[in-house]
Amino acid sequence: MFAFIIARLFQAVPVLLAVAAISFAMFAYVGDPVTQMLGQDFTEAQRQTLVKTLGLDQPFWVQYSRFVWAALHGEFGLSFRLAKPVGSLILERMPATLELASVAALLALSVGVPMGVYTGLRRNGLLSRVFMVLSLVGVSLPTFLIGILLILVFAVLLGWLPSFGRGTLVQVGGWSTGLLTLSGLKALILPAVTLGMFQMTLIMRLVRAEMLEVLRSDYIKFARARGLSQRAIHFGHALRNTLVPVITVVGLQLGGLLAFSIVTETVFQWPGMGLLLIQSIAVADIPVMSTYLLLISVMFVTINLIVDLLYYAVDPRLRIGRGGGGRH
Amino acid sequence: MSLLEVENLTVEFPSRRGTLRAIDGVSFAIDPGEVLGVVGESGAGKSLTGAAIIGLLEPPGRIAGGRVLLAGKRIDDLPPERMRAIRGRQIGAIFQDPLTTLNPLYSIGRQLVETIQTHLGLSDRDARARALQWLEDVGIPAARSRIDAYPHEFSGGMRQRVVIALALCAEPRLVIADEPTTALDVSIQAQIIALLKRVTREHGTAVMLVTHDMGVIAETADRVAVMYAGRIAEIGPVRDVVKTPAHPYSEGLMGSIPSLEHRVERLRQIDGAMPRLTAIPAGCAFNPRCAAVFARCRVERPELLPAGATRAACWLHAGGG
Repeated sequence: MFAFIIARLFQAVPVLLAVAAISFAMFAYVGDPVTQMLGQDFTEAQRQTLVKTLGLDQPFWVQYSRFVWAALHGEFGLSFRLAKPVGSLILERMPATLELASVAALLALSVGVPMGVYTGLRRNGLLSRVFMVLSLVGVSLPTFLIGILLILVFAVLLGWLPSFGRGTLVQVGGWSTGLLTLSGLKALILPAVTLGMFQMTLIMRLVRAEMLEVLRSDYIKFARARGLSQRAIHFGHALRNTLVPVITVVGLQLGGLLAFSIVTETVFQWPGMGLLLIQSIAVADIPVMSTYLLLISVMFVTINLIVDLLYYAVDPRLRIGRGGGGRH
Repeated sequence: MSLLEVENLTVEFPSRRGTLRAIDGVSFAIDPGEVLGVVGESGAGKSLTGAAIIGLLEPPGRIAGGRVLLAGKRIDDLPPERMRAIRGRQIGAIFQDPLTTLNPLYSIGRQLVETIQTHLGLSDRDARARALQWLEDVGIPAARSRIDAYPHEFSGGMRQRVVIALALCAEPRLVIADEPTTALDVSIQAQIIALLKRVTREHGTAVMLVTHDMGVIAETADRVAVMYAGRIAEIGPVRDVVKTPAHPYSEGLMGSIPSLEHRVERLRQIDGAMPRLTAIPAGCAFNPRCAAVFARCRVERPELLPAGATRAACWLHAGGG
């Protein structure tokens, strides 16, 4: 188990180095940082000095290894736009995005899985058909449109929920959370629903398809023949067998939620990393962009590791090298 | 009194192009502790008969007529929850492919305990002790250390032993074994049949043994029912059906078994194929393939008639055998 985690972490190293190389290349070759930093008027001597102080006269690999070394120490340079360290800038915004993404994921799971099970069991029921049609809407409508429609209905017409921002925040040890105040929670509802809608419908359709497949299997037939209760058959035997593909998709989607909450954050002016990114792209604030890229790749790697560990927990066939005698 | 009585059972599959009658008026009985073999070609309705008895017909299949009685009580019209309580507790089932009948995600011990507790309401400890005893009983070596192993850690033959333990662990009075050895290696088949015979005899369990393997039937069954195109062609004591089959179809089946005692140049085979359910011929369903066919066979359908020691659905025995 422990060896497995270590092995996976080692596998992640080349991935992260490659992403670092890309984000470094972005740093060095997209636009000219020297000109950007010097502004309009400068002498050639000033330029030379800056190039030397920034170390841009060094060969590529020296610059790259310095970049990686600095990144490992949490130094990602200064934002061109805000003239603040990028690390702390992103860290400030991270709680907003993490809260939004995890609430959206939770929502998608807690609604999507039961709906999937229900539609799988009552294949031809009226409610199942309604769910299926609704899920088609969720899958096919673009996020920004759902967001705008929700704002129109719940913020503008009904006036129940705020249309932007995070509401009142509470600081819990350097983490600014909106989960502890009523206005914070109210502000979270619309963005979370918007962001989670697609995942929810996707999970529902996936669970449904897997349930239909598993319910046809021999071991479910045998479970029925053994006279087990419906509950034990559906939730103990069938649902658990659908989990491996569901975990795979949910894991990938969670990474997606974090990385691509950009649209939702823009629609709701949610002060998270996505909004920071889109504002940075607008002015070519490259340090922010490349750091964001690195951070997201670290998150993907972490999520994949968690997904692998969950496989391990769910399916005994994947527990390689487990003791207990050989085959007969 | 018979343990199981099947009276005039009819199973239909409604489809867009009309209703298919897959089982048509099948009647038989099984006594307590008796082994009834059911043989026939693929599609003759053997497995469906078993599924209909335990109430596990796949929709849209449904029982369209007849009755199924267990110990004198009708069970084919019970509500699903009462039928569920009968499955496993009164009637067990063994399926064909042990590689797919066990849930891969749970240890075999857990699956046994779950079944035992569902029906017998034992404590965790007692249920586990009972599970362990069953594993030893069906011949799992080192059962104590393997009870928490997962299905994929066992071979096919071992898994079928586990399946037999699962089917019998709530002490049902009847077990329906649907092709229990078909998916196994030939060398393992004999062991599994011997095991099935031994444990069912020890527990006094009656068996409905569905197979297309006449060798298995001859060795195991007390009586045998030969099915053809959804009907019983002949039913009787296994010795009589094997030695002196009364129905030309059973005769054909027996002729296709290789014999060790008599040297035969070629095995006999029955020409043609069993008719599709959509095109069952008028009269006796076997008449297009029958060597002894005569005019009456093509118009009138024979019911089971006494034919010596057995009963056969054949006009050759219209005179009373």
